[in-house]
Order: sequence, then C-alpha cells, then structure tokens
Amino acid sequence: MTATESFYHTPSPPGLKGIWAWLLTQDHKRIGLMYLWAVGLWFCIALCCGLLMRVELMSAGRTIMGPEVYNSLFTLHGVIMIFLFVIPAVPSIFGNFFLPIQIGADDVFFPKLNLLSWYLFMLGAFLAVASLFLGEGFPDTGWTFYVPFSLTTDKNVSLTVTAAFILGMSSMLTGLNFITTVHRMRTKGMGWMQMPLFTWSLYATSWVQILATPVLSITLLMVIFERVFAIGLFDPGKGGDPILYQHLFWMYSHPAVYIMILPAMGVISEIIPVFSRKAVFGYKGIVLSSMGIAVAGSLVWAHHMYTSGMSDVAVFVFSLLTFLVAIPTAVKVFSWIATMYKGAIEMTPPLYLALIFIYLFCVGGLTGLVLGSAGTDIHLHDTHFVVAHFHFTMFGGTGFAFFAALHYWWPKMFGIMYNFKKAYIGATLAAVGFIFHYVPMFILGMQGMPRRYYDYLPKFERGNFLAGFGGFLLVIGIILMFYNLLMSFRKRQVAPQDPWGGTTLEWSVPSPPPLHNFVEEPKVKAYPYDFSEVIAQAQNAQAHQESEK
Amino acid sequence: MEKKIDKTGIRIGMWLFLYTEIILFGGLFVLYAAYFHKFPELFAQGGEELNTLVGTVNTVVLLISSFTVAASITALQRGKKGQTIAFLLFSIFCGVVFLINKYFEWSTKFHHDIFPNSETLQNGPDGLNIFFGLYYVITGLHGLHVIIGMILLMVTLTLVMKERVHKDRFQLLENAGLYWHLVDLIWIFVFPLFYLVI
Ligand code: HEM
Ligand SMILES: [Cu+2]
Repeated sequence: MTATESFYHTPSPPGLKGIWAWLLTQDHKRIGLMYLWAVGLWFCIALCCGLLMRVELMSAGRTIMGPEVYNSLFTLHGVIMIFLFVIPAVPSIFGNFFLPIQIGADDVFFPKLNLLSWYLFMLGAFLAVASLFLGEGFPDTGWTFYVPFSLTTDKNVSLTVTAAFILGMSSMLTGLNFITTVHRMRTKGMGWMQMPLFTWSLYATSWVQILATPVLSITLLMVIFERVFAIGLFDPGKGGDPILYQHLFWMYSHPAVYIMILPAMGVISEIIPVFSRKAVFGYKGIVLSSMGIAVAGSLVWAHHMYTSGMSDVAVFVFSLLTFLVAIPTAVKVFSWIATMYKGAIEMTPPLYLALIFIYLFCVGGLTGLVLGSAGTDIHLHDTHFVVAHFHFTMFGGTGFAFFAALHYWWPKMFGIMYNFKKAYIGATLAAVGFIFHYVPMFILGMQGMPRRYYDYLPKFERGNFLAGFGGFLLVIGIILMFYNLLMSFRKRQVAPQDPWGGTTLEWSVPSPPPLHNFVEEPKVKAYPYDFSEVIAQAQNAQAHQESEK
Repeated sequence: MEKKIDKTGIRIGMWLFLYTEIILFGGLFVLYAAYFHKFPELFAQGGEELNTLVGTVNTVVLLISSFTVAASITALQRGKKGQTIAFLLFSIFCGVVFLINKYFEWSTKFHHDIFPNSETLQNGPDGLNIFFGLYYVITGLHGLHVIIGMILLMVTLTLVMKERVHKDRFQLLENAGLYWHLVDLIWIFVFPLFYLVI
C-alpha cells in the first residue's frame, strides 16, 4: 500500500471484509459517507411526501387522499425533514468528513463514539418509520408534538417521540465529539484564528447542540411519562399548564434552527472566498457572529408563542430579542457580499448554488422579521405565510447550502468531477421552481389560508395550483442535480487535487484523501484564506501558455 | 503511528457530557420553579408529607459513596488494586442502600394512595398533584441515573480486577467517578426541593 492510496482502497483489518469494513469502521471519512447515503435516502422519501401533499392541495376538496392520510403525511414529512435531514445533513456528512482534515487531524477525538452516533441515528430513523406501521397508524401531531393533542391521540406517538429522543442523543454526541476534536486535535501551529470558517461554524453549532438538545430530551421524556402515567403536568384539569410544554419545546426547537443554519452558513463562508479569489471580508466578524447567533438565538424561543397566551411583557421582550438575532445574521450576509466585491469571480456550480442560497435565505430571514414582530404575527400565525417562511430559511437556506456543499466537495470526496452544464440547469430549475412553489404561499397566508389543513376555501385554489406546479419544477430540478452527481460515477472524469483553487487544508491532500488524511505534515497558513499563491500560480500558467504560442 | 492517550481531551469530553445531563434535569427544575411559583403553599404542604429522615439518610449515603469513589481513584493511581476494589464495592453497596431506601419510601407513599393518578391526588388540590407528579418524575429519573452509575461502577470494577484499568490507565475509573459525583450533585439539588420546601 502506498501512502497516497485513498481511504476507499485501504486494506480492511482482519475479520472485516466487504460491508463490515464500512459498518464497523471508525474512520471519520467513511462514517461521513455512510451518513451521506442515509440522509440522502431520507431526503428523497420526505421529498415525495411533500410532493404528495402538494398534489393533494392543488385543487380544493379531496384530490388523492383523505384527511387522515394527509395528517400522517405532514407529520412524517416534518419529522424526517427536521430530524433526519436538515439537522444532521451538513454537520454529520461534511462535518465528519472535513472537520478533522481542515484542522490537520487524523480523525475525530472519539472515533468509536462517532460510529455509535451513526448507529443511534439509524436506530432513531428506523423507529420513526416503524411507528408508521405499528399501532394505530402514524402520529398526526406534526413534528412539534404539541400537548394536549399528543397526549390524547391514539396514534403511536410514544414511539415517534422515542425516536426523536434517540436522534437528539446522536446529534448531541456528535457535537461533543466535534468540540473536543477542535480543542485537542488542531495541528501544531493552527491557532483559533487560523481555523477555517466551516470548522468555526461547526464549533458554534456543537455548543448549541450540547446546550439545547437535553431540553428537548427531557420534554420528549415528559410526553412519554404523561402518556403512560397521565400525571397531569401539562393538563390544566390536574393543575398543569400546556404553555409550559410549549416553552420547553421551543427552548430546544428555536435554537435548533441555528443548529440547522449555522453549518450551512459555514459552507457558504467557505465557498464565496474561494471563487472570488479573495480573502474573506471580516473573518473575525464571521467568527464572532457565529458565536453571537449561538448565544442570541438561545434567548428568543417564545416568539413561537405570541398567540398562546403569554403576558404582554413576555411578548414584548421576546419580540425585541428576536430582532437582535438579525444583527449577527446580517453581518454574515454583508461579509459574503463584501468578499465578492472586486473579487476575481469564477462562476462554478457551487458558487451558483451559494448565490441562490444567499437570495433565498435573505427572503426567509426578512419574512422572519414579519413573524418576529408580535403585531403582524398575530395575523399570520399558523397560516401558509409561516410555511413559506420556514421553507425559505430551511430549504432555501440549509437545503441549498447542502446542495452547494455537495457540489463543492464532491470532487474531494470521490475524486471525480461532474458535468457543469447539467448542474447549472438542475440548480436553475430548482431555484425557479422554489420561487414558484413558495411565493404563492406568502400571499395565501396573508389572505388567511391556515397551515396543516387538508382542504380550503375555493378562493385559495389558484394560489395552491400555482404552488403545486412550482413544486413539480422544484422536484425535477433536484432530481436532475442528483442524477448528474450520480452519473459522475459512470463517466469517471478524474478530479485534480485542488480543482477550485481552495486554500484550506482539505485541498492540500489527494482526492479522495488517503486513510490517514495527511501524507506529510500539514502546512498551516498564517491566514486560512490567503490566495496569493493560487493567484500567482494561475498567472504563471497563463504566462507559460502565452509564451508557448 | 504512536498512540498517546490524551487525558485532558477525554476529560473535556466527559465534562461536556455531564453538562448535558445537568441541563436535562434543568428542564425539570424549570418546571418545578414555574409550578412552585403557582402553588407555593401546596408545595410546602406536600413537602411536609415526605419523610425528611429518609431523605437525609439517602443524602448522607450518597455523599459517603462519592467520597469512597474519589478514594478509589486515588488508590488506583497509587497502584493499590485491593484498596481500589474495596472502595468501589463499598460505593456500589451505598448505591444499593440508596435504592432500597427509595423503594421503601415510594411503597409507603403508594400505600397511602399517593401516586400518579391515584384517587387521593385526583380529588385533592391541583398543587399537590403536581408536586407529587414532579416528585415521582424527578426522583424516578434520578433513580435511573443511580442505576446507570452503578452499572458504570460495576463495569469499571470488573476491568480493574482484570487489570485492564490500572495505574497508568485510569481514565475509565475517573469518568465513572465523575458520573457518580454528578448523580450525587443532582441529588443535592433534589433533596431540598422536595424534602425541605418551606
Ligand atoms: C419539494 C419539496 C417540498 C414540498 C413540496 C413540501 C411541502 C410541504 C407541505 C405541503 C407542508 C405542509 C404545510 C402545512 O400545511 O403546514 C410541509 C410542511 C413542512 N415541511 Fe415541507 N416541503 C418540501 C420540502 C421541505 C424541506 C426540504 C424541508 C426541510 C428542510 C421541509 C420541512 C417541512 C416542515 C418542518 C414542515 C412542517 C411539518 C409540520 O407542520 O409538522 N419541507 N411541507
Ligand atoms: Cu424560532
């Protein structure tokens, strides 16, 4: 075996052959890939659920399913998309694969724990789906499991909640692992301010995970207790208070949206400077804003509860705090734009997707302010406006950042290049479809169409038809993107070590990386986004070409 | 490739994990605080019905076991295997005493028809129902942690006997000990909340 042989081909330890070499691996790269296939599969399933719902809503009245199926479908769609796609996607796949490489380490700090997280993830996923077929049918509570409905419905809520509990544990262990890795395994000479921004964002996310997830765990445990023993902690008839459930739930679930979006922002912060050939503007600002979002984002949970009956003071305070989160977020967006300003921009599919991200995410963020102000929220609460808003941030944001990360790191992970033209077409279709899909929902919401309803008044028909039409375009675009990536295995166009001119450490190792990541001691740059060498090389090559002519 | 054990790293990982456990209970304490605010008198009344003596005994038992676990770590670091084993056995024994005590306490309560959904609580005032609901949930969850801690100590004990955990490789014992301290620490919060409510 030569030192540069990729981690795919390294011989398995004795007794571990074929599939076991993967299932029992402790190599962070292999675990990252195992997450990739698992998460990808779930995403496709949940996508189908979403599309089915949209088809049902395309015309008023019953179209292809009854109300019960609809309720189960949107719970399934929500649970999968949240717990099995947006939360784990970027940290588990790309974080596992690239965090150790970006800091010049061999592996994560606790490799066995890492494998355990993957198994917990699979177990949770399996239970979530199993609860669909066991018992009285899939829970119809939505992914928020609000009491009292989640306590009284006869569907199999306990199992789904257990699944969510296990998934939470998995994400917590990953966070713990990443924090320890960052603290203890940075290569010699890499100070905190020399860490790539993607790693920084994962570090901030991990803290949110560790601080917020246990609150969800205990909330879910209490739902189980209440279902089994009916103590009455949330039941007004017995002295309990359902609002407390909501407080506990959102104390996790609002920070969870930062668990979803921070790594996505890390990906974008990585892509923008590389394709602008320019040091990222305000490196420290981006780092601080990550931490700022992590802190401020933990204080705003109750903006989901303006209509639940809180005191006016609480409504005011939470509304104010919610606006504060916009500041660090805006710092990031301005940094990206300032980075591109006067840069030598080279258009590629990852950059294209990153730009789509910025656009869609800004729409999502700005409409978030509409929902953050108590006055307007009272009107829009639980309408389709909310559905459009969160799809813009979670799907337009994290979803597209995930696509961008896939296109950015694909050559590194597999050592092969995909077709650019198809990637552009797929991305464009997806973006256009996205806008057609969700913009009508903003309007529908303002007109008063509620969310989570299976049927609606005839006046909402046109908007829903348009949205459904956009949904199809969107799905076609996504399928094209995935098809293009998968086809690269067929065509096998070998990718160079550093196809984009990246400067972080993962581009200094062969594609795909060898088993021990680094063949020689990694060389740490004084500043991670220093493109002077890349630019000089490109100029040399050009000069060389011209002299040959 | 040389494989050094990074003790600090392992400790960081364990501390982070303990942190999550504290926040797990933190959620329950938040509930306690909210309901205490709502029913202060009834909580006090509920507290009077709990047996302070049993609670105190259990507190003492846990404190002692915490001490012996710490002693076992020191013993192991000094290479005294026999002492380590003795201290560990004693700590596990303390865990057993705690659970037995808890068992009797709970069963007396059951006897007096005080348990989730019992007639007395259902027909009594809401505050008492919530108080005892929280009592069962929190002490139950804590009891579960005691059991997990004991399992951890037993696993460590076996490994100490097999010399897989020894003078130069004591991280497992140290972490099991930390976990046990955590269980103790949480109890120190639980105890006044339920037994000493004024
Ligand atoms: C083609 C893609 C998608 C379609 C057609 C779609 C469609 C829908 C529909 C119709 C609903 C129900 C809205 C309601 O009545 O409240 C919904 C809910 C939801 N969607 Fe999507 N969606 C798509 C992609 C996504 C993605 C990528 C995510 C996550 C990143 C996501 C996350 C959610 C969540 C969390 C809910 C709320 C479920 C609940 O209320 O319990 N969706 N989606
Ligand atoms: Cu929120």
